[in-house]
This record gives sequence, structure tokens and C-alpha cells, in this order.
Amino acid sequence: MTKILVIAEHLGGKLNGSTARAVSAAAAVKPDAIDVIVLSDAPDAVAAEAAKIDGVSKVLTIARAENAHSLAAVYAPQIVKVASGYTHVFVPSTTFGKDLAPRVAALLGVSQVSDVMSVEGPHTFKRPIYAGNAIVTVEVDATSTVVATIRTASWAAAASNGSAPVEPLNVEPLLPSHTRFVNLQQGKSDRPDLQGAPKVVSGGRGVGSKENFEIVYKFADKIGAAVGASRAAVDAGYVPNELQVGQTGKIIAPELYIAVGISGAIQHLTGIKDAGTIVAINKDGEAPIFEIADIGLVGDLFKILPELEAAIG
Amino acid sequence: MKILVGYKRVVDYNVRIQVKPDGTGVVTDGVKLSANPFDDIALEEALRLRERGVAEEVVVVGIGPADLTAHLRNGLAMGANRAIHVQTADAVSPLTAARTFLKLVEKEQPGLVILGKQAIDDDANQTGQMLAALWDRPQATFASKVEIADGKATVTREVDAGLETIEAELPVVITTDLRLNEPRFIKLPDIMKAKSKPIDVIELGSLGVDVADHIKTIHYAAPPKRSKGVMVKDAAELVTALKQKGLL
Ligand SMILES: Cc1cc2nc3c(=O)[nH]c(=O)nc-3n(C[C@H](O)[C@H](O)[C@H](O)COP(=O)(O)OP(=O)(O)OC[C@H]3O[C@@H](n4cnc5c(N)ncnc54)[C@H](O)[C@@H]3O)c2cc1C
Ligand SMILES: Nc1ncnc2c1ncn2[C@@H]1O[C@H](COP(=O)(O)O)[C@@H](O)[C@H]1O
Repeated sequence: MTKILVIAEHLGGKLNGSTARAVSAAAAVKPDAIDVIVLSDAPDAVAAEAAKIDGVSKVLTIARAENAHSLAAVYAPQIVKVASGYTHVFVPSTTFGKDLAPRVAALLGVSQVSDVMSVEGPHTFKRPIYAGNAIVTVEVDATSTVVATIRTASWAAAASNGSAPVEPLNVEPLLPSHTRFVNLQQGKSDRPDLQGAPKVVSGGRGVGSKENFEIVYKFADKIGAAVGASRAAVDAGYVPNELQVGQTGKIIAPELYIAVGISGAIQHLTGIKDAGTIVAINKDGEAPIFEIADIGLVGDLFKILPELEAAIG
Repeated sequence: MKILVGYKRVVDYNVRIQVKPDGTGVVTDGVKLSANPFDDIALEEALRLRERGVAEEVVVVGIGPADLTAHLRNGLAMGANRAIHVQTADAVSPLTAARTFLKLVEKEQPGLVILGKQAIDDDANQTGQMLAALWDRPQATFASKVEIADGKATVTREVDAGLETIEAELPVVITTDLRLNEPRFIKLPDIMKAKSKPIDVIELGSLGVDVADHIKTIHYAAPPKRSKGVMVKDAAELVTALKQKGLL
């Protein structure tokens, strides 16, 4: 029996879209069951959302006050208790999953497969290494639990037509109190979420300043796009860190990606490899971004962005 | 307080990685090797904590083949007090690395272990979390700010939603993100000084670490290439092209 446990990611009472992507990866294993587990102080709303994901057999919940914030040290021992009934544990490869999954794997005494891009068999997976410059096929020992993080950009979210049952669990391992949540400074924005948006406009060092970045926001709003950035733009303080796209930022796969004033370093490109159409706007015709762009336009972004807005009408 | 720092040697981030045509690995012969960028940041943070009087000793740790000595000397030249070289000719998985660090932690009793959030060769992003789990201690991953006071670490973490701050009782495992600091450059006199600093060499086999690996890499391939597209001459042409594709 192949049974997969998917750990739900959620924040502020809302299920994160990465969970339905991890369920898609789980479905590719063709298992006998896919259960989603929600750890929270108040899991009901999130569990109800998770129950709708196609392919989910049931949703398990663990409601404990200690689960109010997703602390890996607190979540991991609870997941380990539940994991004994499963052949696979899948977690989205977001900062939530990257923090948590290795802690679970180590407690289970197994290695972890990071960033699963494709499922070749129940124990065989493809994943990127060297910033995506090589793709390896890995095989997990058939007698070990498979603990894997799922590269969200490689998987479309499973649809939401299901109605799986929700089952509260009582697992009561002793939880550590050595780690405490203090606060979360969240960039508040009415723009679409960078990780799920079909269109993304990213700015780089070429944008020049925090004030200048307004021109990128304005253009993004015009076409209903999310806003991203290169590391150089984040480091220079033009935009907050959560907008960084790339090897060490977010890996995204929008239908349309427009890179403005970004040179196209390999660490940036690795974050957009799966984008549908890549557009590059750069004043340097030799910039490496043009090597991979589907549509390139050489010119000054401060002139081109307003022209684009005008041309779109 | 003592700080252990992970100091892995990897293919330099500027190298264009080539996959061997027979799919058995990537070309590493004659390729430039450097410290994992996140580990330089880890070392820098440890040195700053020592300079602030929070720690007395900084120890860099490398797990790898016999020729790692020169690499570890760089860590000593940057300012570490001493180095531990756990020697093995075999590739080391994150779980094995974590189990090895656990042995060193038991021996050295550090107040902090600072590792990189990921090694840029395997891009695993696992070792720190695994060590924290096996050691049964807090973890603070993806750190962009670290403060140590009153037996606690207050760490700001770069998470997808923004910046999260957590508080953890020492000893703690911290993994570094890029914006934690900017590592210092090594100065020539420091390279000379580093020559007299101690490097302990330990055989991995002598530590009693379980090196079983549950994951085998069976094939390496180059990623699918995105082909070069078209150039347009102005904004109007770009809008037309995007409308044709149904993207606007
Ligand atoms: C371990 C590691 C991890 C990394 N991770 C990431 C990551 O996740 N994401 C990431 O992005 N980077 C990452 N980097 C950094 C990466 O190597 C590059 O330094 C970075 O992507 C460069 O950003 P940029 O393209 O904005 O800046 P630059 O390379 O400086 O390029 C700016 C571009 O703007 C153009 N320009 C300037 N003015 C104008 C104008 N007026 N109009 C039009 N074009 C203009 C220039 O021609 C130039 O091409 C990482 C590096 C390391 C070592
Ligand atoms: N062989 C090694 N030698 C020294 N440090 C290591 C080694 N392997 C992993 N580490 C540490 O663990 C971090 C994360 O590695 P990884 O989990 O492989 O992405 C690295 O940045 C290092 O700090």
C-alpha cells in the first residue's frame, strides 16, 4: 500500500496554494491514498479548504495551542507520530517546507529528496542541483519512508472539486518550548501573490532606486501582474526580500514573466526556467537575459515602460 | 561560548556547470572550487559575534577529502581560531553531514552552530535542520539578523511571507541567508598567520557515524534549454507580440 501524507501550508487561516501543488505531485505517484494534515491552533477553516482538493482521501487535523505558528521544532514530532502509517511524506518546497521537512526526515532517520520536479516511479524522482544547471534522477531505498519537498513551480495546483472527510487526531507528544514565535512582518500588498500569479513583472538593479521602482509597480498594476525582483534590487533596498526571484528566492512559473533592468545571472534565471513566455527589457543588448528571453527589447526601461502602458491603452 | 561553523567547499558559483555526456556526474576536474557562499556568511557572522564578545572561539568544520586543508586554511585566514577536518573520500549526504556534526557537537559543546542555508552544489537545504532535530535543539533557518543575549538567540528569518522573528534558547542551530552580512576579504598577513593555526584531522570512519544513504543518484542530465527568442524593436511591437500570444 502506497500512502502519502501531505503537510498543509497555511497562514492566517488560509490554505497556501503550494499545498494543492504538493497534492498534484502526490497524485503522480499513483498512491492508494493521499491524506493532508493540518497543524494549527484552529484548523477548521484550513481543513475545509484542503478537503476540496481533488485526489485527497481525507484531511487530518491536529488542533493544539502550540501549533498557532509553524515552528518546525514543534510541528516535526507530531508529524513523525503520524508518519508511521505512510510510505511518503510530501511538503511544498517553500520556506515553510524547507524548514520543516528535513527536521521530520532526520527524526525518521532518513535522507530527504529536495525539490521534486517530476515523479518517475514511487521511489524515483527528478530534482535540480547546481542552481538547476543539472537535473538528477534519484532513487530512494524502497524500504525507507520517502520524505520529499515538492518544487511548486513544476506542478500545477490540483483542482478544488472534492469533498474529503475531515478527521481530528489526538497525538500528544511532548513538545519543546525552547523555540518561540515573536512576530511576522508581512509585506502587505493588494497585488497578486508572486508564487501563484500568471503574470509577473520583475525589476533589477537597473531600476536604480526605491522611488524608481514605482514605475515597475505601476506597469505591473496596469497588466494585473505580481511584482518580483532580482537579488541586487533587494540587497539595494529597492524592495522587500519576499519579492526576490531565483535560486535563493522564489522559484516561479508564471505564463508571462517580464524582466526589467535585470542582467540575467544564472542564479536569477533558475527561478524562472519554467515560465511560459519570458520578456526582457534591458538597455544592454549583450545582457545574458536575452539568451533565454522569448521576446527581447533593447532600450531604456524609463522610456519603454510608459510607452508600453500607452500602447496597451 | 564556542561557535561551530560549517565550511563546505563547492564548485565556485561563477562556474558554468557541465554535465558529463555519459550522465554519471558533472565535470569537476580543473574547475574552480570555493567556500560555499552561505558558509562564508556563516563564518563572518561567527567572527562578528566573537568580536562583539559574545563568543570566544570560532571553529570551522569541513567534511571531505584529504585535500580540503587549503580550503580550511582560508577559513582560518578569515579569522577562525581553529579547524576540524573530518576526512572521507566518499560523497557526504546531508543526513551523514548532520550526524557528523552531531558527533562534533557532543565533543565540542558549542553554544551556537552556524551553517549555510544550502550548499550550492547539492542545493539540498537540509543539514542544519537535520542537525537541530538529532540534537533536539532549536533551529533558526534562513537568518538575516542574529542577536544573542541572556542565553537566547533572537533571529530574523527570511520567509516567503516576509520577515519572521523567533526566539530560541541556546544552544541553537542557525542557517544563514544571503543578507545576513557581507563577508570580509582575506588579507595577506592573515594567510601567513593562518599557517600556524591548528587543524584537527579526524577520520569519518573513527567517529562511529552511520553513513547509510537511502538515496542513490542514478543519472545526471543537462536541463532542457530555452532557445533564444525574437527581438522586437519598440514598445508597440512588443505589445503586438504579447497580444498575439494571448498574454495581454
Ligand atoms: C549563492 C548566490 C545566490 C544568488 N541568488 C540569487 C537569486 O535568488 N536571485 C537573483 O536575482 N540573484 C541571485 N544572486 C545574485 C546574482 O548572481 C546577480 O548578482 C543578480 O541577479 C544581479 O541582479 P541584477 O540583474 O538586477 O543586477 P545587474 O547584474 O547589475 O544587472 C542590471 C541590469 O540592468 C540593466 N540596466 C541598467 N539601467 C537600465 C535602464 N535604464 N534600462 C534598462 N536596463 C537597464 C543593465 O544593462 C544590467 O544588465 C545570487 C548570487 C549568489 C552568489
Ligand atoms: N561536507 C560538508 N562540510 C562542511 N559543512 C557542510 C558539509 N555539508 C553540509 N555542510 C553545511 O550544511 C549547510 C547546508 O548544506 P546542504 O544541506 O547540503 O544544502 C552548508 O552550507 C554547510 O554549512
